[in-house]
Amino acid sequence: MAHLKIENLTKRFGGFTAVREASFEVAQGEFVCLLGPSGCGKTTLLRMIAGLETASAGRILQNGAEMTHLPPSKRDFGIVFQSYALFPNLTVSDNVAYGLRSKGVARADMAKRVDELLTLVGLPGEARKYPAQLSGGQQQRVALARALAIQPGLLLLDEPLSALDARVRQHLRHEIRALQRRLGVTTIMVTHDQEEGLTMADRIAVMNAGAIEQFAAPAELYARPATPFVADFVGTTNFLPATFVAPGRVAAAGRELAADTPAGLAPGAKLRICVRPEDVAVRDVGPGAPNRLETKVGELVFMGAFSRARLDAGGGVALQADFSANLLRDRAIAEGVSLAVALPPERLRVFAD
Amino acid sequence: MFKRFDTDAIFQRLALLAVAAFLIVVLALPLGTLFEKSFRDRDGVWVGLANWVRYLETPSLVGSLWNTIWVSALATAIVVPLAFVYAYALTRTTMRWRGLFRAVGLVPILAPSLLPAISLIYLFGNQGFARWMLMGETVYGPIGIVIAQVFYCFPHAFLILATALSIADKRHYEAASVLGAGQTRIFLTVTLPGVKYGLVSAFFVVFTLVATDFGIPKVIGGRFNVLATDIYKQVVGQQNFEMGAVVGMVLLLPAMLAFAVDRWVAKRQVALLTARAVPYEPKPNAIRDRALFAFCALIAACILTLLGVAVWASFIQYWPWNTALTLRHYVFSNADASGWEAYWNSLQMSALVATFGTAAIGVGAWLVEKTKGAGILRGAVHLLAMIPLAVPGLVLGIAYIFFFNAPSNPLGFVYGTMAILVLNTIAHFYTVAHLTSLQALKQMDPEFESVSASLKVSVWRTAWRVTLPVASPAALDVWFYMFVNSMTTVSAVVFLYGPFTKLASVSIVNMDEAGFTASAAAMGVVVVLTSGFAKILHSLLAAYLAKRTQAWRAR
Amino acid sequence: MIDIFKRGLRPLAVAATAVAALFAAQAADAQQRTRITVYTALENDQLAPYKEAFERAHPDVEIAWVRDSTGTITARFLAERENPRADAIWGLALTSILMFEQQNLLAEYSPQGFAALKPSFRDAAAPITWHGMDAFAAAICYNSAVARQRNLPPIRTWADLLNPAFRGQIVMPNPASSGTGYLTVSAWLSIMGEAGGWDYMSKLHDNVAVYTHSGSAPCVQAARGEAAVGISFDMRAAREKTQGAPVDIVVPTDGVGWEMEASAIVRGTRNMAAAQKLMDFSASLAANQLYARYYNILAHPGATGAAQNYPAETEARLIRADFAAIAAMRERVLAEWTRRFDGKSAPR
Repeated sequence: MAHLKIENLTKRFGGFTAVREASFEVAQGEFVCLLGPSGCGKTTLLRMIAGLETASAGRILQNGAEMTHLPPSKRDFGIVFQSYALFPNLTVSDNVAYGLRSKGVARADMAKRVDELLTLVGLPGEARKYPAQLSGGQQQRVALARALAIQPGLLLLDEPLSALDARVRQHLRHEIRALQRRLGVTTIMVTHDQEEGLTMADRIAVMNAGAIEQFAAPAELYARPATPFVADFVGTTNFLPATFVAPGRVAAAGRELAADTPAGLAPGAKLRICVRPEDVAVRDVGPGAPNRLETKVGELVFMGAFSRARLDAGGGVALQADFSANLLRDRAIAEGVSLAVALPPERLRVFAD
Repeated sequence: MFKRFDTDAIFQRLALLAVAAFLIVVLALPLGTLFEKSFRDRDGVWVGLANWVRYLETPSLVGSLWNTIWVSALATAIVVPLAFVYAYALTRTTMRWRGLFRAVGLVPILAPSLLPAISLIYLFGNQGFARWMLMGETVYGPIGIVIAQVFYCFPHAFLILATALSIADKRHYEAASVLGAGQTRIFLTVTLPGVKYGLVSAFFVVFTLVATDFGIPKVIGGRFNVLATDIYKQVVGQQNFEMGAVVGMVLLLPAMLAFAVDRWVAKRQVALLTARAVPYEPKPNAIRDRALFAFCALIAACILTLLGVAVWASFIQYWPWNTALTLRHYVFSNADASGWEAYWNSLQMSALVATFGTAAIGVGAWLVEKTKGAGILRGAVHLLAMIPLAVPGLVLGIAYIFFFNAPSNPLGFVYGTMAILVLNTIAHFYTVAHLTSLQALKQMDPEFESVSASLKVSVWRTAWRVTLPVASPAALDVWFYMFVNSMTTVSAVVFLYGPFTKLASVSIVNMDEAGFTASAAAMGVVVVLTSGFAKILHSLLAAYLAKRTQAWRAR
Repeated sequence: MIDIFKRGLRPLAVAATAVAALFAAQAADAQQRTRITVYTALENDQLAPYKEAFERAHPDVEIAWVRDSTGTITARFLAERENPRADAIWGLALTSILMFEQQNLLAEYSPQGFAALKPSFRDAAAPITWHGMDAFAAAICYNSAVARQRNLPPIRTWADLLNPAFRGQIVMPNPASSGTGYLTVSAWLSIMGEAGGWDYMSKLHDNVAVYTHSGSAPCVQAARGEAAVGISFDMRAAREKTQGAPVDIVVPTDGVGWEMEASAIVRGTRNMAAAQKLMDFSASLAANQLYARYYNILAHPGATGAAQNYPAETEARLIRADFAAIAAMRERVLAEWTRRFDGKSAPR
């Protein structure tokens, strides 16, 4: 049985629908990310799960029990906010112990438990400090320890890393993920950072304008985006305008290409073809290679391990393609040279426009 | 259904209802009763707009209204720039004695409004030793009113502007000067816009204070009529409450107008300050600092002179004929039957008002800011809390008689007791205390309550363990504000004190009226000393709190 | 839940208990003697001796004063008329008392010794509700030091005040704010006739520097030298002179308006017996001898005024006053006065 089940959850603020019929399930011990641009409704969805917002329609079930309208205090979760919301006038240890007191934990056990938790989040020996005396990353760990102290069945993280600088953020990603695996606590995290989602989550719910566009594992999401929005939001992608010719055949950039086409299209229907820049093939593109395009290399942008090229395919169609440093050297690719590339049919995603 | 039962939410809703009920009882219902009265004649017969028509046909109305407006505007136009420069000097320069100047600048707030009026008569009256400065003009009239009001309102404007000026982002100044802006341009484009809201608030507060105060025009106004003295004439002179109610409602107009402008500007104020702001640190500038030092010294000297004259007046045998010094004016029973008892009553009332007021207003602000749901109720509480600032004390006082003394009112038992004075005074000073509390609460992380809920800790415990300690400096400020204002308030309580609850501030008015000016000044001095002592206590406590909480405030 | 009460509400509960105890203590104290609330506009220094004398005579009754200026106490009493808080009135202008009587706010009672009082100090019409105590009259405080300094002429009659030499030297109470002001204005209308009175005031207006909101203030200002002439009342004038101010007390020979101070029981009092004792005392010779320390015109023919510096000629110069008529025309006169003079800027 799923640990958490969301059914057609909807939230309306007056005439505005913040979350529209969201449905998904989270398995016991799973790490799920709610990913999307700001204003997509992901935080509202999280707050409904926490009981901090009331749902307009739909149901939330935890371990099979409905809790849609329970107040937060009657639900089983711990939460960490972007601002950490640490109590500034309490020491680190009092912050962590804050929820233990109401659980009736004895004083001696409490001190022990606080020590354990601080060790767990990598902050032993900081118990007597006040939050203002800690760095941002340390404060985030305290907030995490405080949320975990009550051993919640569900851990909710609301943009927990976005206020930190890049290095600390990367480091904490791994730590949080490792900790979550170790404790096996079911976790839902809200983020607008796709990289964060891809690296941390077991499954990701990509949200747009209040609706969940796709709920899938990161690799699946990346390789087989269900909608143009997902394709665009997760990773970088090329969109080529195209028309439907016949099942398996589309016309784009002045020629016919082979691709998996959705069913039920009439000839001449407008389409969009998606292809990832790293999927643009250069090796083994002979004259008879499938989906071969003659292009001219435009701008080349150095990105470290690889470079991103703008390829002009004629007819006003441009493609972005990622080439490793190796390839650039081997094939003497430079701005202005002509280059034959192939768009592997199995890598193309075709969406009706 | 029982699953939805949420004790916290229910208690919050109940508490919110209690605060709303409190505000309705101490504010809305009394004012409503008075408003209704303006449509009845002396025998209680409904006469529609007859009183209003009669009042509008009275030729002196336009005169009083116009006088009120221009005197208030003039006093405001003088006091706000003075207070601005004073506050600027204290917050944006490195000149010496800033602490001293700050203390002196606040002194007038400790004094009853009658005190500067008495001092002015000693100074500039027809026997005054400095009357030559008026070049033949009389101090009785607009000149006296404006000078006394400037003194009385200075600290209010100064406090608002000093707060506004102390919040500044250094980076804005750096950016402006990097872009080649001169001092004047920086002042016009960075400093002024940054304190725009503070300036508007200061204008609004001072204008309302001047328009609604009746103590000063009564003593030094001479033949000059303003709306506040018109109410006095209607109610006290002619016992015509219905017309008094009409004038009271008219007096609400300028205050309401100022209030509307204030709200309008507040909505347009964009937060210029982000969490990442770098505090502005003034750099020394010899010429500027010296000039501003001279300015502040002048203002401080004026304030201390007015206060000094009042102190001196309280020790003179019989001015101006016998200027030997004596302590006899401090034996108040010679001048007012209640003697020193009035002072102890004031002290007791002020302590009760400050304590219960801070608690009630704090809880109200907390419910408005920190609880969820019941949006209409929270909005209503906030709106009600904003009204008292625009209500003249005299109007509130009369409204209380009609409301609380009605035989059908079950709350009638508080009438004539200390309790009604406390309720009235809390209501009278509600707005500023509410706004201060709200401001302090807004600065806290809005997720404290959410975190507590997730940790299964009740919001009440979080309020007690976290919100209150973090807000304690603001609570202390509110306490002091309520205390000082309760010590000096007159107009609302003059109709409400009972046989055993006469107040020092009322006693000052009575003694001055009966010709015991020296005793009135003496009681005024005692009040100033008491409030000054409270201020010192406040500063010590604030310092102690700061020290205790330094660990978690300082990074 | 219990936690809430234990932690959050405990301080509140403690405070509430303390306040309750405070009020309870006051209430318990009141049980022992009958405490009556007495509204008064008597001068402050009279309160203590009056209270002491009465309580000596009636140890079972205690007086709780509510004292304020005539206008304020009258306004307050009228505002409270739906639910009166006072048991009795001891020492308030008759004009106010008549207003209360007209509105049926006073209890009927003729105290012991009522018949012994001078006729004009007795409520003539049934039901009898009030009795007079003493009277005060309009008087001019004339600062002799200022007069000498500014070379001002002497004053004998009201007309003398119209002399241009007094321009800007005169202070008088605003009749719309002060009872003294109104009794002076109504006396002018009575002495000089309606037309003559208004004409007189129009001319006087040119000389008036300030219309004060209190009846004592003009004399206080004259005593201080703030003004040369203060139109006020005799008691205040005598007091300022006694304190050492260089004031002459002028009682104009063409007659002065006057006001009586009177006492009455408030209708509906719960302490009728005690209030009656107070009335009996107030009308007694002993009480009148007490009043005589401050006033010269007294209700009881057996008491003689002993107030220091009091102008002896006053009683002879009092105009014949019909208080009911004076009260009846008040609203009209004030409206006219306000229309003519109030709010006009001082002439240069």
